[in-house]
Amino acid sequence: MKKKTKHAWRVVIVEIGLILMSLIVLLPILLAITMSLKSSGEVFSYPPTIFPNGIHFQNYLEVFQKVNMGRFLLNSFIIAITITVGKTLFGILSGYAFANFKFKGSSILFGLLFISLFMPAELLLIVPLFNLMRTLHWVNTYWALTIPFLASATSTFLMRQHFLTIPKELEDAAKIDGAGPMKFLFQILVPISKSMIGAVAAINFVYAWNLYLWPLVVTNSNDMKTVQIGLKMLMSNQSNNNWGIIMSGTLIALAPTLLLFFFVQKLFVKGLASSGLKE
Amino acid sequence: MPRKYVPYVLLIPTFVIIGLFIYYPAVMTFQKALYKISPFGNRSFFVGLRNFENLFNSPSYSQEAFTTLIFVVASIAIGLTISLLFSLLLNEKVPGVGIFRTIVFSPYAVSPAIAGTLWSFLLNPVVGYVSYTLLRIFGIHSEWLTSYPLALIAVMVATIWQNLGFNIIFFLSGLQGIPNSYYEAAKIDGAGAVTRFFKITLPLLSPITFYLAIMDVVFTMFTSFGIIDIMTQGGPGNTTTTLIYRLYRDGFIYFNSGMASAESIVLILVMAVITFIYFKFVQRTVHYR
Repeated sequence: MKKKTKHAWRVVIVEIGLILMSLIVLLPILLAITMSLKSSGEVFSYPPTIFPNGIHFQNYLEVFQKVNMGRFLLNSFIIAITITVGKTLFGILSGYAFANFKFKGSSILFGLLFISLFMPAELLLIVPLFNLMRTLHWVNTYWALTIPFLASATSTFLMRQHFLTIPKELEDAAKIDGAGPMKFLFQILVPISKSMIGAVAAINFVYAWNLYLWPLVVTNSNDMKTVQIGLKMLMSNQSNNNWGIIMSGTLIALAPTLLLFFFVQKLFVKGLASSGLKE
Repeated sequence: MPRKYVPYVLLIPTFVIIGLFIYYPAVMTFQKALYKISPFGNRSFFVGLRNFENLFNSPSYSQEAFTTLIFVVASIAIGLTISLLFSLLLNEKVPGVGIFRTIVFSPYAVSPAIAGTLWSFLLNPVVGYVSYTLLRIFGIHSEWLTSYPLALIAVMVATIWQNLGFNIIFFLSGLQGIPNSYYEAAKIDGAGAVTRFFKITLPLLSPITFYLAIMDVVFTMFTSFGIIDIMTQGGPGNTTTTLIYRLYRDGFIYFNSGMASAESIVLILVMAVITFIYFKFVQRTVHYR
């Protein structure tokens, strides 16, 4: 009996801790939401009010007037979806090659791919990568914003890791039935790997949507910019320091990845947790 | 097509992309670093190692390297500590813990630019709640983003917050992999909660901690560019200019492509050391399933 009350107290303390922790983590986003809903007068009030006097959507509308947010959203979606499809598809192909085939040079190629993991070219090698875009006449085009990111070590490793867990007997059985390697991949392996493929796609989408430095340097006209760069524009002067507008823009930029994360959180966790696995 | 050619064909897209857009630019950097290039890129002169000489003799470069070191080490140490504490709470089996997990993981979806705008807002001296609270409770009036060292701390806070989700996902999955029987056995032997944490939890989590530390180095050194660009643009003075920020400035604002290439090479070498450490230690030890 005594043990039970001790246990109950422990649960209460843990719950309080969890609530406090969640508040700390979520506070920036919650306060951004309340700020974005304030009227244009209340935005500048001092001391700052926590809850807005009534709900106003004026700030959200103004984001689209101050900067070309509609176009930025379209660009971000085009780029993120293209990169997600490429990285995921090519990751399936190369992951399959490393997991299911023995071939000459496989360990050298695997090593080369592994090293690329530590060379985020769009950051570390930004100057030569930019010069390459200039040579190709890709500056300020969708090509520059998508093609360099269509394949990656991460997707390959995640898919390889996953394919290694699938029993070898399945492939043997398919061979006996006369299915070639591509038929086995697309008709058997891919359908039974749906959740891992979903996880890889979700991780890739967040990565692509959140790219910042590369679109900043490789675009120079307004109609090629992405939402992340739109935030920089809102911060610099377009919004006249109206934090209601800046926070509305921020929440618009955050909504796609945050909603995706809430809906398929289990996939993210599954994918990320297995990315730390060794061979 | 004979089966022995299949894997090579499968690898073509991936290797064409990383060859063209990672390995080729890497080789080009080494070449460019040895030249001085005119601002419009139309003329170049061979200058040997002079770009490196200029770089290492520049007092601002050593200062920025030091800023980067402090920024990276402090963000990772504090970030991992907070993440571990939060993970311990999230590992408790209490009602509703699933919802709390979803909430605490959520900064994973946030981009560096968004982390930057959110914290610029909270720390704004006029409308920011954090600044206002500090003023009301402690009477501190602080210009977070425009004074040293507060600006660096502000950038760190945003970086740590944004990286919480990623770190906690890993820590939690590590904690869940520790068999409960270890704790039961320790309890029977009379080990208290603190002893159990330091003798069981921490050692068993060390491979994951190491893996996270390495991943966080990549994150704080490079990806945090967006946070800095939004919050401080490297200022005030040069006090929040990290090596990646300087690389951007030399490459795209001052158009000093030779200098920027030399800086890229320094960063490549840093990453080479990190990769080596990773291969040496993590690759051998991190495995949990």
